Amino acid sequence: MTVTQADPAAPAGSADSLTQHRALGDRTFQILALAAGLLVLVILVLIAVSTTQQSTSWFTTQGWSGIFSTDWDPTNNKFGALAFIYGTAITSVIAIIIAVPVSIGVALLLTQVVPARTARPIVWIVDLLAVVPSVVWGLWGILVLAPWLQGIYTSIASGVNGIPVLDNLFGQPVSGSSFFTAGLILAVMITPIVTSLSREVIATVPTIDKEGAYALGATRWEMIRGAVWPHSQGGVVGAVLLGLGRAMGETIAAALVIGSSPQITSHLFATGYSMPAVIANQFGEASGEFRAALIGIGVLLFVITIIVNLGARGIVERSARRARGA
Amino acid sequence: MSVATGQPTGQPAVDLREPAGWRRTKNRIATILMWIAFVCTLIPLGFVMFTVIQKGANAITWQFLTGNPIPVNVAPPGAPGGFAAAIVGTLIITGFAAVIAIPLGILGAIYINEYGGKGWLAKFIAFMSDVMTGVPSIIMGLFIFTIWVLHFGYSGLAGAFALGCLMLPVVIRSTYEMLRLVPDSLREGSYALGASKSRVTLTVVLPAALGGIVSGALLAVARAAGETAPLLFTVLTVESINSNLFQGANTALPLQIFSNATSPYVGAEQRAWGAALTLIAITFILMIAARLITSRFATDTR
Repeated sequence: MTVTQADPAAPAGSADSLTQHRALGDRTFQILALAAGLLVLVILVLIAVSTTQQSTSWFTTQGWSGIFSTDWDPTNNKFGALAFIYGTAITSVIAIIIAVPVSIGVALLLTQVVPARTARPIVWIVDLLAVVPSVVWGLWGILVLAPWLQGIYTSIASGVNGIPVLDNLFGQPVSGSSFFTAGLILAVMITPIVTSLSREVIATVPTIDKEGAYALGATRWEMIRGAVWPHSQGGVVGAVLLGLGRAMGETIAAALVIGSSPQITSHLFATGYSMPAVIANQFGEASGEFRAALIGIGVLLFVITIIVNLGARGIVERSARRARGA
Repeated sequence: MSVATGQPTGQPAVDLREPAGWRRTKNRIATILMWIAFVCTLIPLGFVMFTVIQKGANAITWQFLTGNPIPVNVAPPGAPGGFAAAIVGTLIITGFAAVIAIPLGILGAIYINEYGGKGWLAKFIAFMSDVMTGVPSIIMGLFIFTIWVLHFGYSGLAGAFALGCLMLPVVIRSTYEMLRLVPDSLREGSYALGASKSRVTLTVVLPAALGGIVSGALLAVARAAGETAPLLFTVLTVESINSNLFQGANTALPLQIFSNATSPYVGAEQRAWGAALTLIAITFILMIAARLITSRFATDTR
């Protein structure tokens, strides 16, 4: 820069003004950047404050026992959220049970088995799952998957009829739109994120550990169990928790395939409801205390997902730090 | 394997290079299971793509893409009515969300990586922005409803705010990852030439990371374009084109799919599939653009 070259020869005063001028522009830019960064914190606080404000009437009129009751009857001003909490828990647990083995399997395949050139298209395909919009999964779920699953559910139900525990889980009543269908769709939707996070964690395993295991005569599977797994266990748990958070908050796909009936039952093939689904389906016609109750369910969901995410990010961060330090 | 050839007779043939049979079998089973896991992800993807293309292609005509919308309850099955309103809505709402969120996200990432450094505030912001990516999209819709729609009414702008809130942490994360890859020697070189920090950031660091930043931002836009939940209570749905982002209720493709999927009227399914194919086409074009930019960028740096 010509200006800088002229600096030494220039009188002290002009150099001063030059630095001051620069400092001003610099300072403005730094403040802009800081403001953009702080925006994240501001939005998170505003979400908590504004939604809580709009839902206080639900908390005050129903009380704790009202909130955690199974009584959901908007026409009689009964707004108990327990059935929705139950549905969210059940569907996300089903999603995790299905998605985790698949995701870890794909992550191991990508990092330990196939060469980098083959890994790239596989990553591409798994990421495509995340790009298909949630409403398209829901549409496919309700129009294609649910009618097809209905037949399978019915035959499973008749198969387990009379067997003590299995009958309670998989017996009648069955419906194509059910807890299990929703869990299945959620599993597909969270697979990409659990896979990519597990892959990142597993990729931090030091090559020297793996080579050591091979040098001792381990097969690839023994190497994975002995060297890769102990090293990446913590991070994978974090990835699974993040997937759990996603599954709990997933709205539209669940709203379409869960069957929309607030009930608590051990029957996985029966219709149910979840927290985000009830907000999506009923908010349009809600007003007054009904609306406050739905926003209140949103607040509960927000608090739960924030806690799950804080825990998960903490675990991921800690294991990443340990991997770097080790 | 025939390793035993060189060994003295009388001793058991121990193969030191190959593990014993059952260990080898176990290894093979594990590998096969991993491939099965991959196939498990392929099946739903292939299934959903096949259905959407097969059923959507029948619905898409020129009139479908550009025609006037016909209210759901009176549309005959053969003439599903146009989706121009929804396509226009999706483009302007997502576009404006991108205009808000991408610059703010890049600025935020610049703070975290260039200014905050190892300070607690930058670390905290980075951590909380990761947490924010996990906030359910419907919560963003409720949030904008309570702070904006209750005071100013439904509009495309409100929807754009909700989508922007979803995109912001994603853009911050991807930009931050890219800025971290820019070598310090570039920054030091520019400082040595007497450039100020903002100048170094804007003219040296950002251009060096531009490819990655753009592709990350495009992926965020692609994800946001397919979101339904944040738009449900901020945009509503209308049946005619509303190209004014700032006033009046609007509509978007995901909203139309959602309302048609649950609608009992004849022809609703066909409309939903057509809209789904259109939406997937838009998101895939954005994603492929992102991939192309990434690969361009990758070859440039090599």
